[in-house]
Amino acid sequence: MIRIPCPFCGERDHSEFGYGGDATITYPALDAPAADWLEAVFQRQNIRGMQHETWQHVSGCRMWLVVERDTVSHEIRSVRPAHPGMGKALKEGS
Amino acid sequence: MTRFSGWNVFLNGLTGQTGWQRQWRDPQPKPEYDVVIVGAGLHGLATAYYLAKNHGVKNIAVVEKGWLGGGNAGRNTTIVRSNYMMPGNREFYEHSLKLWENLSHDLNYNVMFSQRAHVSLLHSPGARDAAARRYNTMRLTGSDGELWDLETLKKNVPLLNYGLGARFPIIGAAVQRRAGTARHDAVAWAYARAADQHGVDIIQNCEVTGVTRKNGRVTSLETSRGTIRAKKVGLAVSGNTSRLWTMAGLGTLPIETHKLQAFVSEPLKPLLDQVVVFGVGGTHFYISQSNKGGMVFGGDLDWYKSYAQRGNLPIVQDVAECAMSILPCLGRVRLLRHWAGVMDMSMDGSPFICKTPLDNLYLNGGWNYGGFKASPASGWYFADLIANERPHQFLVNYDLKRFERGVNIDERGAGPDPKLHG
Repeated sequence: MIRIPCPFCGERDHSEFGYGGDATITYPALDAPAADWLEAVFQRQNIRGMQHETWQHVSGCRMWLVVERDTVSHEIRSVRPAHPGMGKALKEGS
Repeated sequence: MTRFSGWNVFLNGLTGQTGWQRQWRDPQPKPEYDVVIVGAGLHGLATAYYLAKNHGVKNIAVVEKGWLGGGNAGRNTTIVRSNYMMPGNREFYEHSLKLWENLSHDLNYNVMFSQRAHVSLLHSPGARDAAARRYNTMRLTGSDGELWDLETLKKNVPLLNYGLGARFPIIGAAVQRRAGTARHDAVAWAYARAADQHGVDIIQNCEVTGVTRKNGRVTSLETSRGTIRAKKVGLAVSGNTSRLWTMAGLGTLPIETHKLQAFVSEPLKPLLDQVVVFGVGGTHFYISQSNKGGMVFGGDLDWYKSYAQRGNLPIVQDVAECAMSILPCLGRVRLLRHWAGVMDMSMDGSPFICKTPLDNLYLNGGWNYGGFKASPASGWYFADLIANERPHQFLVNYDLKRFERGVNIDERGAGPDPKLHG
């Protein structure tokens, strides 16, 4: 079991979370060339080692998180809210 | 090399089993080969065998970072079937099933292929209609498929949970009788032995650490056992395809590496004659009984990207719940082992057997979790591609550019999310 320290709820089992995928993908503008969309939708770095990925705390606060995790050892280096506004609200306590 | 036969078994029985030789050589790598296949799993070994047998290629090596058959060849639930519906897939997998039917004879090795029937349980009229469409499509392709009503199913598979209180009552099944299971290690050994007899060098403990390129071609592979020059190189390294792709400086692939677990129970007396598949309401579960009596079963992926060959516990629970749901008689059975393999999950759930941006580099990968059954045809057509340098007509959409053309071979209709294909 991987334990994910949720910034909102504390450390929880990964079974409470849903796995999103590669957090480094930025989706292009709607009118961007098809090649850019092909890259974003279909092509993957598939890193063996530390990668940034998204998880959603489905059975908790339901927030999306960006987790920095090793894809071999499953060690987690960092976790932050995926939405910067949520991160700010968390810090300011409002 | 001693040919396996009933007579030889008898003779060696009388002479203290002293007449057997080792089944393949352990050669030193030569400085150069005509074809080097990376990965001595089922796909790589089958490719080498068919390159030698069908295409007369002489100077072939298969390099393997560990031991042959030590990856996903030994980490699966050994199910063989061809119940695919999408154009390309259905012809390909049906050819694979036909190769399986004669594999033991062809390789002179008992791969214990058992055509015990593959029984997909149905739980709703909608599922039955979808199965009728799929299995009729298979029959039009020359495969076999039939629908069983509840009475036929009860007669053939008596121990399923037919109770009125079942969460998902069973109403029938979609069945492929020619499908079944095979002994996975035997398949790896059989291809290795047969390839070795054709002069293929199988070089184990030989990890590829670098790919040297010149003028859009691969010139040599750097390995833990030295530099090996190659006129052509084929990659068949499921799970690690992206790593080799990066070594070759080729950028990204439409593949993510995920892990899948499989399980075996303690041995039991015969209780399940078929392969039974249960998939409804988000569950996915498949089970059969091995020749040693162990219940062999599995379910979904572990749900997050991973290169670790070890499984997580939530899936153990999921799979155990599925087992109890359809075969409550397994309630007191103890789990003996479980293991995980890493697999190439592609963006549409279908594989790649294709040329690459480098002239003499060929790719075989993206098998999701259907690679075991595919291995004979995979080797057959990959060898055909490498020898003839053009894709066979079944393979025209097994290339890396299909997404660019708007073609998805998505059997499950799950969309471009690798973890959803299975």
